[in-house]
Amino acid sequence: MTLKIIVPVKHVPDATGDRCFADDHTTDRAAVDGLLSELDEYAVEQALRLAESTDDAEVVALTVGPDDAVDALRRALAMGAQRAVHVSDEAVHGSDALATSAILAKAIEHAGYDLIVCGMASTDGAMGVMPALLAERLAVPQVTLLTELALDGGTLTGRREADHATERLLAGLPALVSVTDQSGEARYPTFKGITAARKKPVETLDLDDLGLNGDQLGLAGARTAVRTITAQPPRQAGTLIEDDGEGAERLAAFLAERKFL
Amino acid sequence: MGDVLVLIDHNDGRIRKPSLELLTLARRLGNPAAVVLGGDDPEALAAQAHEYGAATVYVAEAPEFADHLVVPKVDALTQIAREADPAAVLLTSSGAGKEIAARLALRLDGGLITDAVDVRSGDDGPEAVQSVFAGSYAVVSAVVHGTAVIAVKANAVTPEPAPTAGRTEQVTVEFSALATSVKVVSRTPRASAGRPDLAEAAIVVSGGRGVGGQEGFAVVEELADALGAAVGASRAAVDAGWYPHSQQVGQTGRQVSPQLYVAAGISGAIQHRAGMQTSKTVVAVNKDAEAPIFGLADYGVVGDLFDVLPKLSEYARAD
Ligand SMILES: Cc1cc2nc3c(=O)[nH]c(=O)nc-3n(C[C@H](O)[C@H](O)[C@H](O)COP(=O)(O)OP(=O)(O)OC[C@H]3O[C@@H](n4cnc5c(N)ncnc54)[C@H](O)[C@@H]3O)c2cc1C
Ligand SMILES: Nc1ncnc2c1ncn2[C@@H]1O[C@H](COP(=O)(O)O)[C@@H](O)[C@H]1O
Repeated sequence: MTLKIIVPVKHVPDATGDRCFADDHTTDRAAVDGLLSELDEYAVEQALRLAESTDDAEVVALTVGPDDAVDALRRALAMGAQRAVHVSDEAVHGSDALATSAILAKAIEHAGYDLIVCGMASTDGAMGVMPALLAERLAVPQVTLLTELALDGGTLTGRREADHATERLLAGLPALVSVTDQSGEARYPTFKGITAARKKPVETLDLDDLGLNGDQLGLAGARTAVRTITAQPPRQAGTLIEDDGEGAERLAAFLAERKFL
Repeated sequence: MGDVLVLIDHNDGRIRKPSLELLTLARRLGNPAAVVLGGDDPEALAAQAHEYGAATVYVAEAPEFADHLVVPKVDALTQIAREADPAAVLLTSSGAGKEIAARLALRLDGGLITDAVDVRSGDDGPEAVQSVFAGSYAVVSAVVHGTAVIAVKANAVTPEPAPTAGRTEQVTVEFSALATSVKVVSRTPRASAGRPDLAEAAIVVSGGRGVGGQEGFAVVEELADALGAAVGASRAAVDAGWYPHSQQVGQTGRQVSPQLYVAAGISGAIQHRAGMQTSKTVVAVNKDAEAPIFGLADYGVVGDLFDVLPKLSEYARAD
């Protein structure tokens, strides 16, 4: 039996670019070049490692996003995923996390799965909620924020760095995991990998294909509405001094003035 | 005004500071009602919740809360929220807090806002303020359908007591089939080294690659101890193995918002700034006058941290 691993990956605007909002208050995805969310590279990596340690496994990269988002899938394919699924539809634009999770969950069911490996958070919205939402919708164990992950037959074990403790977790398949950037360096696609990726299949689906109705989705279906967006004046640089031997003293005086000393 | 449910994060019979902040914020939106799940001393927790303004405290005790991940708490909150029909539910915006919030919003068919840095009462219900794209925008949003489930970052407000007479309601939770699907095999609390918790500390002193090695962190710790501060680290320092990941500040570490943040030997990459730029006062020590961290520092010293920090510790201790 093939072990089917799905990796939901997000195409995000480059964090080092000048990220901004479009007129409808959604993230402006045209203004800045996009790429595969760096934190999802760790998810692809863990999926590939699990697949490599299993006799018969398939890694499928999945994204919900506009046409450009196919670039994120190509990157995952170049790293080694076998095939990809791209859900793209005008009606998706403006969907909030809850609505996006409905689309992703349907697409995951469409593709078939034993294990879903997510990133810990996207680098744009950075909510870190999609894994929990998908586990809820698919009614599978949620084994998230893992720094270590192992699969032994149908049993999954992982280590989670919670805020105040380290937890060791155990669950059975099918399951959903998310992995952090502590889980292990992601591989860099090789030239061969990049070439091979061009020939790997990418299935493109719209909402109709998934049996979804646009009304609950997109901006109109969002459960939250943005009231205002205000550009924050960048934090102003204050005093900058050169340490001529008295730097610490002057810094201490500043801290005393602000009542920290 | 309706009830505002607050999920209480607790440790050793004490409510953690971020949850006291939530109780304080909840008063702006309605009547705070605390939800205490598990824990050794629910009575002490309930008393503390009353002290911070919660008239009603829902208490549920069951081994499931500690033995399994996330879902038992979602089950409990869902059950309580269906009964109480709250105006909003507030949780801390930690990893687990956000996961619980997400699943709860889905079950209540409500709306979800995470990473709020402030909440207030708007014209038609609660509004939340988020700081996005590494602090370049402030976004105000409201939930327009169903119950508002809002996860709030630590240090959004100073906790203020508002003692109230109150009642405790014992809740027996009907757990869902999925509640026990993930077993917590072991839980090892992190040693605190006697310093304040990163998220709760009024002062954080962080070291980066410029610290040069594990031993170098001694000067960072020395300053932290002189100031009564928590110690943080950049990812470069963590990846090099010089300091534990639990102390990493930034996008994939902890997000802090102290009164004072001291960055030593940290360049100030956008992913680091994402974890500290809401600090009230920022001070930086760096050899490189061009380091981006100086762009947001209220006071910057261009110099060697091994010269500046030990001297500064002396001034702090002399105080
Ligand atoms: C997806 C993703 C997530 C990330 N998440 C995080 C995160 O959560 N937190 C985080 O911090 N980073 C994160 N990073 C990494 C981030 O991009 C930077 O690489 C990192 O913050 C750099 O750490 P640094 O400032 O310590 O090191 P460097 O950038 O190397 O800076 C070291 C600084 O020390 C100074 N210095 C050297 N010696 C001395 C001395 N003796 N005295 C004074 N100054 C000295 C140098 O001038 C330099 O400015 C993330 C990156 C990615 C891609
Ligand atoms: N539009 C999307 N398409 C595919 N996967 C996504 C999408 N949005 C989020 N994810 C997945 O969910 C994780 C957490 O994202 P988020 O909750 O948005 O921070 C990411 O690391 C991805 O694995």
